Amino acid sequence: MSKKELLSKIGLRLDGRRAHELRRIRCKLGVFTEPDGSAYMEQGLTKVLAAVYGPHQVRGSKSKAQHDNVVINCQFSMAVFSTTDRKKRPRGDRKSTELSMHLQQALESVIKTELYPWSQIDVYVEVLHADGGIYPACVNAATLALIDAGIPLKEYVCACTASLANNDVPMVDISHQEEVLGGPTLTIAALPMSGKIVLMEMSQRFHLDHLDKVMNKALQGCKDIRRILDEAVRLHVRDVGSATGWALAT
Amino acid sequence: MFTTKTFIKKTRIGHFLKHVREHYIRDDISCGFRSCEKCNPVESFLSPNHHNKCALFNYDHYIILDTNVILDQMDVLEEAPIGNVIILHTVITEVKHRSLPIYKRLFTLIENPSKHFYIFTNDHHKDTYIEQLDGELVNDYNDRCIRKACSWYMEHLPNEKFILLTEDVNNRNIAIEEGITACSIFPYVKHMNDNAVLEDKLSRKEIYLDKDARDLFPPHLNNVQLLNGIKEGTLYQGTFRASRDNFLEGFVNVEALEDQVLVQGRTGLNRAVDGDVVVVELFDKSDWISPSDIILEDEGTVEDVEEIEQKEKQLKETTTKKGEIKPTGKVVGIIRRKWRQYCGILQGGLEGVYQLFVPADRSIPKIRIETRQAEFLKTQKLIVTIDSWPRYSRYPHGHFVRALGKIGDQSTENEVILLEHDVPHSQFSEEVLSCLPKLPWIITDEDLQKRVDLRDLDICSVDPPGCTDIDDALHCREVGDHLEVGVHIADVSHFIRPYTALDLEAQSRGTTVYLVNKRIDMVPNLLSSNLCSLRGGEERFAFSCIWEMDKKANILNTRFHKSIIKSKKAMTYEEAQMTIDDKSKNDNIAKSLRYLLMLSKILKKGRLDNGALVLASPEVKIMMDSETMEPLDIEVKKMFETMSMVEEFMLLANISVAEKILQDFPECACLRRHPVPPSSNFDPLIKAGRHLGLEINVESGKELAKSLDEAVKPDNPFLNTMIRILATRCMLQAVYFASGTMQKEDYFHYGLAVPLYTHFTSPIRRYADIIVHRLLAVSCGSDVTYPDLLDKAKTSEICQNLNYRNRMAQYAGRASIAFNTHLFFKGKLQDEQGYILYVRKNALQVLIPKYGLESTLYLARKGESSDIFEYNEEDQTQRAKDVVLHAFDPVKVRLSLNSDNIQHEKFVLQLVSPYIEGFSVPPIEEMDTSETNIESGKKRKKDGNEKKSKSKKNSKNTN
Repeated sequence: MSKKELLSKIGLRLDGRRAHELRRIRCKLGVFTEPDGSAYMEQGLTKVLAAVYGPHQVRGSKSKAQHDNVVINCQFSMAVFSTTDRKKRPRGDRKSTELSMHLQQALESVIKTELYPWSQIDVYVEVLHADGGIYPACVNAATLALIDAGIPLKEYVCACTASLANNDVPMVDISHQEEVLGGPTLTIAALPMSGKIVLMEMSQRFHLDHLDKVMNKALQGCKDIRRILDEAVRLHVRDVGSATGWALAT
Repeated sequence: MFTTKTFIKKTRIGHFLKHVREHYIRDDISCGFRSCEKCNPVESFLSPNHHNKCALFNYDHYIILDTNVILDQMDVLEEAPIGNVIILHTVITEVKHRSLPIYKRLFTLIENPSKHFYIFTNDHHKDTYIEQLDGELVNDYNDRCIRKACSWYMEHLPNEKFILLTEDVNNRNIAIEEGITACSIFPYVKHMNDNAVLEDKLSRKEIYLDKDARDLFPPHLNNVQLLNGIKEGTLYQGTFRASRDNFLEGFVNVEALEDQVLVQGRTGLNRAVDGDVVVVELFDKSDWISPSDIILEDEGTVEDVEEIEQKEKQLKETTTKKGEIKPTGKVVGIIRRKWRQYCGILQGGLEGVYQLFVPADRSIPKIRIETRQAEFLKTQKLIVTIDSWPRYSRYPHGHFVRALGKIGDQSTENEVILLEHDVPHSQFSEEVLSCLPKLPWIITDEDLQKRVDLRDLDICSVDPPGCTDIDDALHCREVGDHLEVGVHIADVSHFIRPYTALDLEAQSRGTTVYLVNKRIDMVPNLLSSNLCSLRGGEERFAFSCIWEMDKKANILNTRFHKSIIKSKKAMTYEEAQMTIDDKSKNDNIAKSLRYLLMLSKILKKGRLDNGALVLASPEVKIMMDSETMEPLDIEVKKMFETMSMVEEFMLLANISVAEKILQDFPECACLRRHPVPPSSNFDPLIKAGRHLGLEINVESGKELAKSLDEAVKPDNPFLNTMIRILATRCMLQAVYFASGTMQKEDYFHYGLAVPLYTHFTSPIRRYADIIVHRLLAVSCGSDVTYPDLLDKAKTSEICQNLNYRNRMAQYAGRASIAFNTHLFFKGKLQDEQGYILYVRKNALQVLIPKYGLESTLYLARKGESSDIFEYNEEDQTQRAKDVVLHAFDPVKVRLSLNSDNIQHEKFVLQLVSPYIEGFSVPPIEEMDTSETNIESGKKRKKDGNEKKSKSKKNSKNTN
């Protein structure tokens, strides 16, 4: 009992959400002019910037270039001021490298890579504030940045976390506080329309009995996120379109 | 809606970190009224049919509570007349923060539909959320939140009436200013209908007796002063332990100091109660004294200050600086009160509403309570809790919680024992009972398919007489030249499925508690005495552990499976013994028993050679009159070979299972270990042995076992048992643990000298066995896991609870035996053969094996030295002229019961033989002639006994 209850008896979480509710998501496409595509994403207090360069010709060692695929280069970094304890270095540590790889894996599955042989796409994400669910926020931001860059995607790739409250009830979109207090967290990156899972990671072991319901919850979270992203994209396109004038034509 | 909360927190290592948290504000939170159309319908227990009746408010109303009311007046809130209460989330959070036990009680109230409580999440509601202002104290903020919620309710439901109950005068006044009906709980309860019981239960923080009451105690320092003092090293923090014999003396166990700190006198103790975490200030070394050795009993009545002053004087006079000088100090402040509920009785002879309550626990001071039912309560055992201890009051103030029953009743005493040992003993709830299988219970084909059919085997169970929860049965048969031995354990985990209410209840109870005349079951009776119990001639589910052994008891292979068995006969130890001894019997059961006995002897020998200890503790059985429930006789439990036979196979099964589950679940197996006691524990044993010329080697279990075996003297047949009793007292408790939480070396079971051990064989009465059953069932593929089973933290948590419950169950059992022994000896006077267990400075500790009784024979008044006896600390002897008393010497003592204090009856021993001039009493037969010989030591008490014994004799004569 000394532990805080993640889900109170009346069904509210510590921050006042219900188990199935996402945190507030705010996002914006095209926040920078220099990169080919960029996006800003807020999930609760977690804030992420993403920038996409490319496709362009392979830089650095040419040997990396592939004849049938585009090379996707992801770089993940966290601002030193993003956590309560000031971080020593923004990137290059193990966690960042791992997250970069995971990000790349998720994006490879959704970009129509065969369209750009001998080329490269760079994706940079920067966490400005970390409050749980860093990886999902990065994936979602990267998706938006890719869309902003006009790179053909099969569909949205969305990511979401889920965990168990009180060892029984699955809950979605885990905040930092819940991560620290609670048990294992499941992170899923999925193609919500087709329901494919492209990446799944657990912070600890789940019992098999729980895995199913937690995974479904996370998947549902991905679908909800897709809806929000989709809306943002349509809004953005309309704004940009109306600025250029073609929107008026319709 | 969305807002953030920012706060700064200090981490453990002293860094200051800024935390930002999200805080969502919602528009879907309901007010909890079914009649309300503005809110979403929600499940709520608020009911228009419940009426709070209070003469102050002549209308139906709903109550909103402030935190302080919940924290202090829980006992009142639990009463039925109070209902339709709205609990604000702000309040819940505050309660949780302040006191977890109260929080738990609050939640049981909220979940009880008949109480009509409703939680309103005001801090996430869009209209009642308010931001904390800059510089606003948390308390003020919370009060503001509560008032905001009240006014919202009034606005939201103009047809309903709401009353805010708060003890905070400030809050109340502002509330009334803002147009909220607010009231203190005291006038509220006073004006309720039928308030007699309720009013007694009110906790009173402040009672002014008369205005010029002078302060009896120095004030406590405030928290800041205390913390600074501790930091600077001028003050010390520790746990206060009151002396049982002297109400004006106590010790503080300070971690930073090697020695306990002695505190003495009214100002020294300064309102500390046993168990409190206090802060002490040490005196100068020159003022240090040694603990007094007089007995001071608090004989005061309500506000009798003179008496305490007189006692203090008496204490002062006796304090010496001779002897062992202890660090001395005084309590200057209290960090945390450890007040709980206390069992006890009212002190007689007081009139009026103010009564004094005398707790059964002698280290707790008397408590002053206010009650209108004093006459009734005087005949009762009751529960009281402490509310406060103001400076001007001699006794702490408390309030009555509930009555347990008539003093001296068996059922009341059982209740007291169970409460004092925190044994959950309420009836099983409907929810739990609904988990039971429906009767008639039949074995389906599906069951048959899953289980191995062993119904044709000649299985029998051997248990003590009168046992209804039979959880083990045995069989043995020849297979080729080998023997097949099976231990069949009731398959309780088949009926108790994880996560059901039944499982949770059993888990929290942990064990069945056996009192002398009552059994508090861990699982409902239907399971414990019927469906799980392996009764003779009935088909039952079992979990079988089957070994193939050769005739030298070497295990060739082991298998585990679930099975169906039909026990041929449920035997008692005596019956089994007779069957074995009766040469004319040659049926399968007799044969199998003979084989089992033979194997068990080999096993036992192997175990003992390995270094297993044979320990002893005096165990007795109390024969009860079945009608009057009075103890008829006390006898030491008889021993049969068959007992050790059954035990041997149970040990073997437990060991085999432990190996199996550890192999399959290295992280979360529930095992049992017995830690090696630190060698200093053995000091008294070694010392005692040395005086007898026995060298006791405690280097290892094996050496100890050997030394114990050799500790025999032909002239004292009981010596060996006594040495073993002493050895048992040196041991630590065996405990359950989760395998992942310990190092492999620590799994060792010292007493049994096996590297791995667990409990598998008594699932009906122990919860640990149920977990082990489930693990084993997964191992052998007949069941599936569930999350908590594989969670080592969870298993560890369960083990902690089981260890606690087991310990308490053991104490409760002993307390029950002690109580019944007292009952048995009431008014009796007997000469008995006893043995000296320890020799002390002014007393002998005597064991009377016939009754398994251990008591103290005082040679002199406590603290005084006797002029007859000469104590030799080195040799541990007492010499009176030419008689020398050693430890382990046989003595004859006269046994009687002193009932001066009805809460603390105790045995009084007097020496009969060896005869010592001026001290001993003659054997009962010669009583009448030698009254003058009685020593003055305990004159009053002895006189009492004298009279009793006379009347006893007289009655004998008339018979």
